[in-house]
Formats: sequence, structure tokens, C-alpha cells
Amino acid sequence: MATILEESGFSPDRKLKIVGTNPIKHDGPDKVVGRAKFGADLILPGMLFGKILRSPHPHAVLKSIDISKAEALPGVKSVVTREDFPELPRGTQWGNLSRNIMAREKVFYEGHAVAAVAATSESIAKKALKLIDIEYEVLPHVIDPIEAMKPDAPILHDDLRTKGVEGAEDKPTNVVERLDLAMGDVEKGFAEADVVIEREFDSQPMHQGYIEPQGCVASYGEDGGIEVWCCNQGTHAYRDQIAAILETDSSKIRVSQSEMGGGFGGKVGFYIEPVAIVLSRMARRPVKVVLTRNEVFRSTGPVAATRSRIKMGATKDGRIVAAEAELVFQTGAFTGSMFFNGPMAMFTRYALENIKTVSYEVVSNRPKVAAFRAPCVPQIVFGVEGIVSELADKLGMDPIDFRLKNAAEEGYTTLYGVTFGRIGFVETLEAAKKCDHYTSPVPEGHGRGVAAGFWFNRGGDTTGSLTITPDGSVTILLGTSDVAGSRVSICMMAAEELGVPLDKVRAVLGDSSALGNNRVTAGSRTTFSSGMVIIDSARQAIAELVKRAAEIWDVPEEGVVFGDGYCRPSSSNVGEFEPLSIAEIAAKTSVSHGAISGHSEMNVTGEGPGFGLHIVDVEVDKETGRVDIKRYTVVEDAGKAIHPQQVEGQYQGGAVQGVGWALNEAYVYGEDGRLQNSSFLDYRMPVASDVPMIDTVIVEVPNPKHPYGLRGVGEVPVVPTLGAIGNAIGNAIGVRPQSLPMSPPRLLELIDKVDNNGGNGS
Amino acid sequence: MAEEGYVAPHTVDEVVSLLVEAGGDARVMAGGTDVLVQLHADLIEPGLFVDIKNIPELRTIAAEAGGFRVGAAVTSMELVDHEAFNAAWPGVVEGVALIGSVQVQGRATMGGNLCNASPAADSVPPLIAAQAVAAIVGPGGPREVPVEDIITGPGQTSLDQGEILVSFLFPPRAPHSGDCYMRLTPRTEMDIAVVGAGINLTLDDAGTCVAARVALGAVAPTPLLVAQAADALIGSKVDDAAMAKLATAASSACHAISDKRGTKLYRIKTVGVIARRAAEKALERARKN
Repeated sequence: MATILEESGFSPDRKLKIVGTNPIKHDGPDKVVGRAKFGADLILPGMLFGKILRSPHPHAVLKSIDISKAEALPGVKSVVTREDFPELPRGTQWGNLSRNIMAREKVFYEGHAVAAVAATSESIAKKALKLIDIEYEVLPHVIDPIEAMKPDAPILHDDLRTKGVEGAEDKPTNVVERLDLAMGDVEKGFAEADVVIEREFDSQPMHQGYIEPQGCVASYGEDGGIEVWCCNQGTHAYRDQIAAILETDSSKIRVSQSEMGGGFGGKVGFYIEPVAIVLSRMARRPVKVVLTRNEVFRSTGPVAATRSRIKMGATKDGRIVAAEAELVFQTGAFTGSMFFNGPMAMFTRYALENIKTVSYEVVSNRPKVAAFRAPCVPQIVFGVEGIVSELADKLGMDPIDFRLKNAAEEGYTTLYGVTFGRIGFVETLEAAKKCDHYTSPVPEGHGRGVAAGFWFNRGGDTTGSLTITPDGSVTILLGTSDVAGSRVSICMMAAEELGVPLDKVRAVLGDSSALGNNRVTAGSRTTFSSGMVIIDSARQAIAELVKRAAEIWDVPEEGVVFGDGYCRPSSSNVGEFEPLSIAEIAAKTSVSHGAISGHSEMNVTGEGPGFGLHIVDVEVDKETGRVDIKRYTVVEDAGKAIHPQQVEGQYQGGAVQGVGWALNEAYVYGEDGRLQNSSFLDYRMPVASDVPMIDTVIVEVPNPKHPYGLRGVGEVPVVPTLGAIGNAIGNAIGVRPQSLPMSPPRLLELIDKVDNNGGNGS
Repeated sequence: MAEEGYVAPHTVDEVVSLLVEAGGDARVMAGGTDVLVQLHADLIEPGLFVDIKNIPELRTIAAEAGGFRVGAAVTSMELVDHEAFNAAWPGVVEGVALIGSVQVQGRATMGGNLCNASPAADSVPPLIAAQAVAAIVGPGGPREVPVEDIITGPGQTSLDQGEILVSFLFPPRAPHSGDCYMRLTPRTEMDIAVVGAGINLTLDDAGTCVAARVALGAVAPTPLLVAQAADALIGSKVDDAAMAKLATAASSACHAISDKRGTKLYRIKTVGVIARRAAEKALERARKN
């Protein structure tokens, strides 16, 4: 059935009153004063405190677990191990997920959960953990992905065979999959090239770095019903995954969402909820589990470490004619890195005809990789954008002009087969060229770099409801979690549709039983997709308001029009009637046909791809290798900024996360395979004084498939960061770094090398 | 309000007898910015915390013998806000003002920073450079020890069982004196020194360096007082040649290890740079005084 929405489309001439303004978001004040309720904030009567015991070894057979002494400790109400979870088949999606949450046959990384205790206090639970006796048979481990690919590497999963390789030997491996993606003829392309550059790059895992550690309260009811309160990026995904690994029905599980203290992809999957549920089931009391920062680092997903070899060729007149890449992605102990995004997105933004990529996903003895803003893309784009700028340098072209010359436009068919509709990459590059930062000279002693980025943006399963209350105010029920201000933006679109002040509209986040299935908040989809279903719901409600007004006036429906919050006669021929406000119609609902509402579910499509260009000025201390980010500008196409400050916040947040990843964030493992820097003190995320104010330029090339023209903006802002900072450093010191992070010791080594040998032409 | 495992006495004598009674099972707590973190991380499990913040003489900054006496439990922020102390010892204030964040500095103390005995403690190199003397009281009575003799290894001090650090005595300031502390960290704040250098020097009326002390942090198991580095400055006009000698001496003194915070080679390379930059700043200050 065609929805009202699908018939409407985007009208660029539309006059907007609320969309495009910057109201204070409804959930903001409580967050500012500390009253917002996060995952760890729920307290239930009789609640117990759960703690998780973790493996000290990066790789070991879990021979035996003796919990008898822990169970005997006064105050301990339940102790769980692998025995208390259904045994799901190894190597399957649910089997892997179950084993990541609670180790079964083996432990695969230091910090892997092996048992858990619920007790009347946290300190008793901690004491009980020390009473659990575990016998490990320690095995050789492997941390580095290239080491893990070698034939004699320690094998994590002896049932693993590489997908995507025909005629491969039937023997265990750590290579999960080989993926070949190609188009055109790269040999022919390189033959046409006047300049060819080939370089190798590597990157380290970075953690999503959300400020709120995972926290939940779970209660297993006497009828087998399960209630879970937690911070998550999708109640339905949590519910369905809990159902799968605990072998129960989704209808028996109700997952509610707290406010989010950051997710960035890291709370798409879960770690603690099933453990809390099983502890609760056995104790017959609610159980709270909250991770410490140390546990977050040791057991929850960072992004994939990568190695890449990238080769690109261009003609003298500045056309990129061929691109080739070999990519390795380290996924941690289990598959699921979404590595395919890397080859799909790495060159996408340039209208290339000849591309060849080979990608590998590899397991090693580290925590399972989780999603993060444009998963597996920025660390590969780091290399691509380095080479693109180097090609521009070699050809004597301005780096933005070179990108403009090769920019993809409407009608370009990508490596993954999608033909672009109206996109705004060219407009983004043009805006960057004109912006104050790029037109200002590079200050003496600074280096400047630019880099571009692309993200697909997503749609997918989405449901939502909108109801007009008897006093004419409006409530919205959303099924997607709000990780970054989506509620206010969605309320703004509803208020715009209904012609009511924003203050009359409030959105709540429904639990997993309140609405039909919603895909997780990921892929920069939520303001776009939930916005679509709520606009659709609002338009349904408007149709009903028109019907009720027609009844009140006793005129045909065609004789009533709606606008600015009122029903009016469509012409004087219909009759002389005072306009009816939403509140006046709503006041009569109990004597007419009941509440006025709209409800919509869609598999939302029409997401508009996003493009950005970052400009960075850095100063490098050549005696210490320290980098100061002096100036940073993000230029990006938002389609339409519903709430421009929220959009700017996304641009700035992406840039800041990139600064950390570019300069200092890295995991430090000892020879023993144990993580040495599992705290924010030694895992060096940037602090406020490490970054300048990030300037933003919001480009608006409307997405024709959305009623207000919006595109997702959550992920593009991190994609160009590493390349832009790398290029700026290259410009400052005379050689482009090829390894992340570009930390002071590594840069000092590079600087010393340049002083001795000269640079690579940056 | 006393809780089980926690006492907050009002006199040094009470602290000493509590510590003696506990026989090693007690931890002295000043600001708590290290011990509470260690407690939460399960690194320590003391039976008793002895809070020393309620003892007046540990919380006082006073003029004494032409210099200053600073209580061991005076917070970083109290020192930052003390104008006369700032004028005399800006380098020491630079050290305390780098500990943690502004919020942490509202709690953190110089005494705690010293007794935590980290090789990278930011207030220790400028304290050593300043020739500060630690006043200690224990079951055997009071004694005075130069700050450089307190830390004996990572997490280890020369304080005996039952002893407590009460205050620091800073000597009088000669004319044309200046001090400075600088450190190198990848981040601007909330970080631990990869290397640190405290420099204190005095010039004569002609601008010749007549006294200097150079202390380095994070380059050995303990903060180091480096006589050769000071000798590079003494007798010179603190010119480029002297600065170069200082840098070389500082790098040579480096007995660093490679760890999660930096490599050995990186520390050797950069400690000379940081020592030189700190000396330049100390020189600038000395010329103004």
C-alpha cells in the first residue's frame, strides 16, 4: 500500500517554520543537571549486584570451573557459568554470540567472561569472584592480524574454514573470509596512467570510547517473562538476540531503553544483559550489572585493526584511471567486523571505472570487534586519501581541484552496483574551496591537509506512532533509540507537519513490546527513518482531523483543508465556519470516533548518501613529534539540517573522535597477550584542550527521497579525519605517515628519517 | 563521621600511634586521588584509612626562615591560589598544577604525590630542584630529609613503619633566581609525564649562573637529581652551548624503560629537549627577579 508519504516527496519551495531552527532539545536540560536516567540508574526492590569473572589468559582451554566456595559465601544468591546457558552450535551467529558473552570450550582473549555472581552487595560479589576456581590449559596466542594469517599461527577456532576461497585446503585457519570486489579492468587502467603510487598502511584498533559503560538491570519473572532496562542502540535487536541465545520467545522479553551515554556502534551488540538475566532467573530477584571502564576496554569491542596495500594511478590531466587494494581486517576473537564496508566505501566518491579489491577478515586473541561510526571505513580511507593527495601533489594540482575532477555525480554506478541519485559531493568540494579556512593562507610553520569521505547512510525497518491528546498536544512513540538528539529533530518534523509549536510535541522511546520491529540505531538512519514514519503518522492524523472537521461542519471531506494547525473550509462555497484548531477537534474525540492518531511501519528506503571534506591545519613539534591541531573545518552535505546545531554536533564529534584515533589512541598489549592500558589515563582519548573549536560548513543538497530532504549525518564526519590529519602532518614534516596512530614517538622517528633522507614528496 | 576502616584524627601524634597500631595494614590518605583509585582497582586492600586532612599543621602554608613551610596535605589548588608562593616558586606550582585535572587538583596534595612514589610524579622534580626538605614524624620522633631521598623505587619510600610526612620546607630565595617544571605528554592534560624536568637556577648580577639544580622525572625508577646537568649550567651565561650540554647530560642520565607511556629511545631523545626548554623558562624568570 502506498503511504501518504510516498506520494508527497520533497518540495524545495516549502516554507518552513520549525525545521532548520535550533530549539533546546527536550532531553537536554535533565542531562545538563544530571537528572537523566542512564543504564546504571534503575533501582528495583530486592535488587542484587552482579559481577563478572574474566579470564587472565588471552587463549586457553577452560578445563573446569568450581563455583562451590563462591556459592557458599553469605550474601551470594546466584553464580552462573557456561553450564547455565543453552549450548548453541559453534561457528554459528548465535553460537558465537553466546560464547562471547560467556566462554564455553575456550577463552579467546584476556577479559573474556568465564563466570558471574549476583550478591546482595557489590563487595560481596567481588569477594565471591575470587572464590571461583578455574583450571585453564593455557594455549599460545596471537594478537597481530598478519601473524594470525601465517600457516603456523595458533588457531582460535579449529572448525573455522575460509569463506570465499574455492578449493581451499580443508584445514583450520584464522582467516574467516576472503572477499573480492572489482569492476572494470585495472590492468588496462594502470596502463593508461602517467603516475602510479602504491603504499602500505596500517591502523590500530580504537575503542568507541562511550562515556557510559554498559549497565543494565534484568528481572526474570515467575512466568518466564524477562524485563531488561539498559542503554542500547536498539531494543528489538537486543530482545531478539536475547531470545536466540537463551532459547526463549521474543514476546516474553521486554527491553526498555535508558538515556544513552554514547554508543557510536558499540551498543548495537550486547555483553551483559543475558548474564544479568540468567543470574536473575537463578536468584529469583532483579540483578544489576554495570561494567567498569577496565572491563569495557578488556571485553567490549574496539574497531578493526587493519593492514592495507593500496595502489592508484592517474593521467597527467588529473583523471584517476585505476585503483587496487589488498586489505586485512582484524575482527577480534569472533567474526562480525563488517569488514565489507571497507572495500565498498574506500574509493566511493570518485567516479572510478577500474577497481580491484581483495579483503580478508581475520580472527585473533582480542575482544570481538564491534561497530563504530562507518565501520571499517576511516582506517582504510586514511590510505586512499593519502595517495589521492600525493597524486595531486605529483601532478601539481590543488588537492580539492583534483578531487573535483574525479568526483562522482548522479548516475555513477558504484563498485557495489548502486547507481547514485542526486548527491552533493561536488557541492561539498566547491563549498570547501570557498570556505574561510581553505582560502586563508597556511600560517608559517603549520601544515595543511584535506581529505574526503563517504558513507552509504541507511534506512530499514522502522515503526512509530503519533497520537493527538485530548488537549491537542502531541505524543510520539519511537522504536529507535536516541543516541544523538534524534528525538528533538523528529518532534520538529512532526510539529512542522501539524502546524503546532514544538513545545506541544513530546517523543518517548518505546520498549521492545510497544512497537513493531525497528532496526538498530546505526548507519546514520534514525532521524531519517523514524522521521519518515512519524511524518507519515502525522499526515494520517491530519487526514483524520479533516474527516472529523467535515463531520462537525457536516460538509464533505473535500470541503476541508488543513494548514498551520487548523482545519478550514476549502472555499466560501463550503460554508462560513470558524477554523477549528487541533485542540478543538481533539476535545470532541470521546464523543466522535475516539483518539486521533497515526501509525506507520516501513522498510524505509531512499536514504541519500553523504559526503564530506575535512580541512586541517597542524603544527608539529619537530623535537618531540607532538602534533597540535591548530584549525579544523568539516564541510559536509546534510541534505537538509533539521536541527543545525545537532548536525554541527555530529560533525564536531566525528572530527574529535578522528583526532584521537589519528594521534594517540591505541591498545598496548604485553608479550603475555594482556592489555596494559585499559583506562582513560593510558588509553589516550583526546581531552577538551587537545582540540580547537571545530568549524563546520553545512552544505544542503536535498535528498529528493525525503519530505524535508535530509540525509544521515552521523558517520560521514569520522571518515575523512585520519586522512586529513595525515595529509596535514605530511605537509608539515615532508613525509606522509602510513601508520596509525601518528603518535609523538613514531612521528619523531619519521622526522629524523626525513632529516636524513628527504621526504616522499608531500 | 568515622566509618569502619576509616579514621580522621586531628593530631600528628594520633596518626603515628594509629599507624604503629595497624602495623602496615593502614594507608595514609590525603586527597585520596591515588589511594582511592588504587582501592577501586583492587590494587590495595588496607584495613584502615587514616585521613590526614583534619590536621591543621598539615594544611598550612606559612613563611619560615625566609622561605616557606607547606603542609603535606595542602591541596594543589591552594598552592596555585597562593600569590607569594607563586612568586617565589612558579616551577613548583607548575608541577602541582599538572596533576590530574582541575577537579583532581582541588583534592590532590604535594605530600600525597611524593608518597605515592611514582617515577613520573609531576610535583617531585620541581620539589627536588627547589631543594625542598621533607619534615617527617614517626614513633622515633621528628627528622628532616631532602625530598630526593624520599622515593626509593616505584611505589616505595624511605619512610619507616609508623612515619608520616608532615610538611615541606622551602629555602629562602636568592636574587635572580628562577625555577620551572615542564613535562612531555601526548595529551595536553589528564596525562602522565613521558619525561619531566624541574630546573632551578640562580644568576649573579652579571648574569652568570652561580647555582643550579636539575631534576628529571619518568626517566628512571625514581625521580633523578642530575648533578652533571646542573654543572653544565653553573659558571656559564646559560647560553646555547650550556643549554646543549645540559640537554646531553639529561639524555645521558636517562635510565628509562620502554612501557605503555613511551619507548626508552623516545625518552632519551626528548628528556634533553624538555630540560633545555625548562631551563630557558627558568632563565627568563631568573633574569626578571
